[in-house]
Amino acid sequence: MCTVCGCSEGETRIEKGHHHHHHEHGHHHHDHSHDHDHGHDHSHEHHHHSHGDDMHYGKGAAGAHAPGLSQSRMVEIEQNILSKNDQYAAENRKRFKEQSILALNLVSSPGAGKTTLLVETLNALTGTVPLAVIEGDQETANDADRIRETGVRAIQVNTGKGCHLDAHMVGHAYDHLQVEAGGVLFIENVGNLVCPSGFDLGEAAKVVLLSVTEGEDKPLKYPDMFAASQIMILTKTDLAPYVDFDIEACIENARKINPEIEVIQLSSKSGDGMETWLDWIKGEVHARHVAHIEKLEAEIQRVRSAMSA
Amino acid sequence: MHEMSLCESILQILEAESQKQNFSKVNLVRLEIGTLSHVEPEAMKFCFDAVTRGTLADSARLEIIEPPGQAWCMDCEKTVTIAKRYDACPDCEGHKLTVTAGEEMRIKDLEVV
Repeated sequence: MCTVCGCSEGETRIEKGHHHHHHEHGHHHHDHSHDHDHGHDHSHEHHHHSHGDDMHYGKGAAGAHAPGLSQSRMVEIEQNILSKNDQYAAENRKRFKEQSILALNLVSSPGAGKTTLLVETLNALTGTVPLAVIEGDQETANDADRIRETGVRAIQVNTGKGCHLDAHMVGHAYDHLQVEAGGVLFIENVGNLVCPSGFDLGEAAKVVLLSVTEGEDKPLKYPDMFAASQIMILTKTDLAPYVDFDIEACIENARKINPEIEVIQLSSKSGDGMETWLDWIKGEVHARHVAHIEKLEAEIQRVRSAMSA
Repeated sequence: MHEMSLCESILQILEAESQKQNFSKVNLVRLEIGTLSHVEPEAMKFCFDAVTRGTLADSARLEIIEPPGQAWCMDCEKTVTIAKRYDACPDCEGHKLTVTAGEEMRIKDLEVV
């Protein structure tokens, strides 16, 4: 059982015949570093057997509780519940950084226009920068098929009963995609404005989409996602004249949750506002290219020094 | 909805710790779930019972400590207590708040045999 995503064995599927092995193998980076040597053997002064109706004396390993005989002890854990996911995410982030890849995690409710925006974005960027897509859905490979029609490589991850992508799934999918250095990896999360907020995938930024056909109070109703995102994209703005959606109020609501959030308004259909979004991506890619060159130059310098030494 | 996967993560941590700290049964799990975290304590308790059935934590009690939400108000330049993410600063009623506490999701300690 994959205890990162919590799904039962076999429920998560990564396309192309790769079955998600719910394994313990290979990932040797899980040994968390803190030391538990200090003082955990303190005996049961801490015995919490004074909980009124909530006693569990008969449920110990011995099946009974003998007075005066101490069965239990307290052990400190002090570990984040999502520590495992966070370790996978850190691993992904490290790999993205090493290859100067911009990884963006697109999140929204179902139907906000993630795939449509992606298709238009890929069409605009193809030929300028290496691109790849990880598509997350509970079922079907429809979205990956739509992406592949643009000529960009895509891999579908089906989460089965899972409500979100996790860092473990993304790491596996990334193994299969082999994005070229300096490229952009778009991760389209499962359409869900709740659960994906808590799961770091190793991305550079979460990009939350909200369409004008939804409500301007969604940032208040689903605050976790808007708090976790760096950018909010208001989509389907071509429909704004036909719906009662107060764009200013929506932005104000988003900034109540996250004062730093950047806002981009666009219509994938009419193309209005797409430049702003594309410019933002290009700026991020450029910054990574600059950092990559600096790293390579430092490496060249190091080798030259070694040669002349 | 994802409380189920969080409980699976907890169980995995318990299993790993049982090897390291040499115990075979867990009677009590104490969690810190901040009031601003994306976890519903009641749903957590429900899922915990389901997930731990037949494991080393079968019938274990789950205690949830809920640290309050705190945020730094950029205008007041001090830490304030908030109950919800969209709450305004209780003093200046502004929204320039950065959450500093209350997002915890941690296993604190265990009572084990």
